[in-house]
Amino acid sequence: MANGTIAAVPQTAEVNFYNVRTKHKGILSWLLTIDHKRIGIMYLFAVVFFFLVAMTIGVFMRLEMLTPGETFMKPQTYNSLFTLHGVIMIFLFIIPAVPAVFGNFFLPIQLGAQDVQFPKLNLLSWYLYVIGAVLALTSLFSGGGIMDTGWTFYVPYSIRTTTNVSLSVFAAFVLGFATILTGLNFITTIHRLRCPGMTWFRMPLFAWALYATSWIQVLATPVIGITLILIILERAFGIGIFDPALGGDPLLYQHMFWIYSHPAVYIMILPAMGVVSEIIPTFSKKTIFGYVPIAISSLAIALVGYLVWGHHMFSSGISDTSRVIFSLLTFFVALPSGIKIFNWVATLYKGSIEVTAPMLYVLLFIFIFSIGGLTGLVLGALNTDLHLTDTYFVVAHFHYVMFGGMGIIFFAALHYWFPKMFGKMYNEKVAKTAAVWIGIGFNMLYFPMFIMGYLGMPRRYYDYLPEFQKYHVFATVGSWVLVSGIIIMYINLAIALKRGKKAPDNPWGGTTLEWKTSSPPIMENFKEIPTVTTGPYDHSITESQEVKK
Amino acid sequence: MENNHHTEEQNDGHIAEAHHPSYGINILVWIGLLSLTAITVAVAGINLGSLALTVALVIALVKSMFVINFFMHLKFDNKVFKIFLGICMITFIVVMILTFFDLTFRI
Amino acid sequence: MSYNSDSSVQEIQEVHIHRDDFGSKMGMWLFLFTEILLFGGLFILYAGYRFIYSEGFAAAATELDVLLGTINTVILLTSSLTVVLAIVALQKENKKLSLFFLWVTVICGLIFLVNKYFEWGAKFHHGVYPKGPALQNMSEGEVMYFGLYFVMTGLHGLHIVVGLIFIGYVMRQIQKDVITSSNFQKLENSGLYWHLVDIIWIFLFPLFYLIH
Repeated sequence: MANGTIAAVPQTAEVNFYNVRTKHKGILSWLLTIDHKRIGIMYLFAVVFFFLVAMTIGVFMRLEMLTPGETFMKPQTYNSLFTLHGVIMIFLFIIPAVPAVFGNFFLPIQLGAQDVQFPKLNLLSWYLYVIGAVLALTSLFSGGGIMDTGWTFYVPYSIRTTTNVSLSVFAAFVLGFATILTGLNFITTIHRLRCPGMTWFRMPLFAWALYATSWIQVLATPVIGITLILIILERAFGIGIFDPALGGDPLLYQHMFWIYSHPAVYIMILPAMGVVSEIIPTFSKKTIFGYVPIAISSLAIALVGYLVWGHHMFSSGISDTSRVIFSLLTFFVALPSGIKIFNWVATLYKGSIEVTAPMLYVLLFIFIFSIGGLTGLVLGALNTDLHLTDTYFVVAHFHYVMFGGMGIIFFAALHYWFPKMFGKMYNEKVAKTAAVWIGIGFNMLYFPMFIMGYLGMPRRYYDYLPEFQKYHVFATVGSWVLVSGIIIMYINLAIALKRGKKAPDNPWGGTTLEWKTSSPPIMENFKEIPTVTTGPYDHSITESQEVKK
Repeated sequence: MENNHHTEEQNDGHIAEAHHPSYGINILVWIGLLSLTAITVAVAGINLGSLALTVALVIALVKSMFVINFFMHLKFDNKVFKIFLGICMITFIVVMILTFFDLTFRI
Repeated sequence: MSYNSDSSVQEIQEVHIHRDDFGSKMGMWLFLFTEILLFGGLFILYAGYRFIYSEGFAAAATELDVLLGTINTVILLTSSLTVVLAIVALQKENKKLSLFFLWVTVICGLIFLVNKYFEWGAKFHHGVYPKGPALQNMSEGEVMYFGLYFVMTGLHGLHIVVGLIFIGYVMRQIQKDVITSSNFQKLENSGLYWHLVDIIWIFLFPLFYLIH
């Protein structure tokens, strides 16, 4: 290099992680990568793909419900479709989406680290996820046909049906392994790789949420793992553990299933709550109200979430004593969730709020999630649950909580971190329009289900009485609005990916560490490991005072 | 709060010199474990009625405490691992108890 | 944390993956918790069915050979001891002795599996297996007992096999001097895994063999 060309030197150091030269070339540089950012991106594309697949199935189901009796598919097809919709959405989208995509990409950066603690294990998790997905897809086209048990695989039907349960269940087992390893990785990362000055209570709240989530992943997933294996053994060898004909107790299966699957609800929602706690201070331009209560409430939700699984079994014949206990404990979950909502709203109070696309999604979330949460209390109360259980009320409730909670926040996170992940800006106006469409469509689709459920429309039924048709038509039309909103949103992002304007390092004025590196980040995340001196959401300090790398 | 994990953060990641290795203590623990095995087999021969299960479980618990503390070095290890194990065991026990709120009053 | 001095920062940036024994051990413990909860699920089922069918369990347990169970317990406890001694030996820079102890562990594990093979084989021979002829004439409690017996000891046996593979891999690394007296976290981790398998057996033994 000639002495005169000084300007060229810093340029080479700025190569982002997409363009950096790696050991392997081309597609292998992705498939064999151990970089947390690339693994996060790979998860993103996988997760979005499966979301679209399950969404399409959902649209077909809604279409079938347009008229009573057969509209365009057979009852057996409908049974398989709602099973598929549930299994794909839950195991391939909701559970991995936020932790595996945004957790992988941003947790190390937010902690000021260069990668997760076990990068190779991280890649293994991704492969297990893909293997699980492939097994799940294989099960559709092999054996006795598409599983028709519903995503809960309840015995004894799941051990009697001739459809291909064993392979699907094994797929869920493998996917469980992937989440366990991700959880294990994140806990160790948070304990070991916080940068200098990053004490526990200076961690971003997203990291706190992931910490709580990871503990659930590590401690709850194995229980479903062994339960699923027992179904396979039951089907293969007839060991009898869950077979009432041999003395097994189907209720013990339900216990085992919900011991995992209720905490799993918090695996789904806690990381989303973490994202909300990131977005709100950024666009209110003030520090979060009640940092410590929010951080601790994540742990509290994880803890209490363990103790309430019985509320899924109120009408299954468990003892009255346990029903009362589980009902009481269920009400306690509302407390930490309420603390969070209160603190978010208090953060907005007197903030200088900027309603960008991610913020719009978050406001939508607060509205929808509050409805979902409060209807949860209706279901948590024993007497009302007996009336509403296994009706569309339940379907509406968990779509308000899961889709309205986790799904909407997935969109919010995608818009919030898109500039950082891809280094491109999207069209703000289109993004906001899509958000409004999604909001309207969502409520049109799911709100009538509350009413239908209250009036007695049972869930998972192929046919219905004619008096329910007006609600079903309304909901089906809502599904079209919702889906068009989602399509607009993805197309907008796809266009941005191709020819969006180059994103600045910190487009939103965020204060956490990911906004202090380049967009997209360099391979090592930071040129120098940063040192943290304040809490995560300190908007009082000007940029120049901070460690700007 | 920040002092709690001070010891954990002080650790430089290399734990080779964590404690003084010794053959003797481990062999003693092993002899203890064998004796407890002998006791639990012998006690099983006596008819203790409803106490039998409790006694067997207590002996198994004592044995596993020996294994955890000495063979797995937890006694000499950082506090954080003890807390972790505590969280894990409490989770398990609580789940067991809640399941039995159903079983005990149903059957 | 390992970021305290400037020199360590440099080192990290170059190697990307840095050595962190403490973190590695933490990861291993967390993995052990998943194993505890995996077996934990089965222990909950065991407790439930023993509560429902206490008489059937007592009747079925008499069919197991207490002597064989005791021998296997002693074998596993001994194998656990030798793993610890292998760590001590390596710390005292006695590579040969360390490998010898690990060989003893592997042999103990194999003997355990052979014993299990004969135990299961005898059961199968008498028609005691899921859907087997002997189970047709038994009470529901006994069927449940043997269902759990085969699943739990089977899964435990599988863990023994995994543990043996893990230890075999570690022995190879010791031979190649990758694991040394100053860098033996992998050996320690394989030990942790093996001890956990031992602890699970410590509970399985009285719960299946010692009911009267």
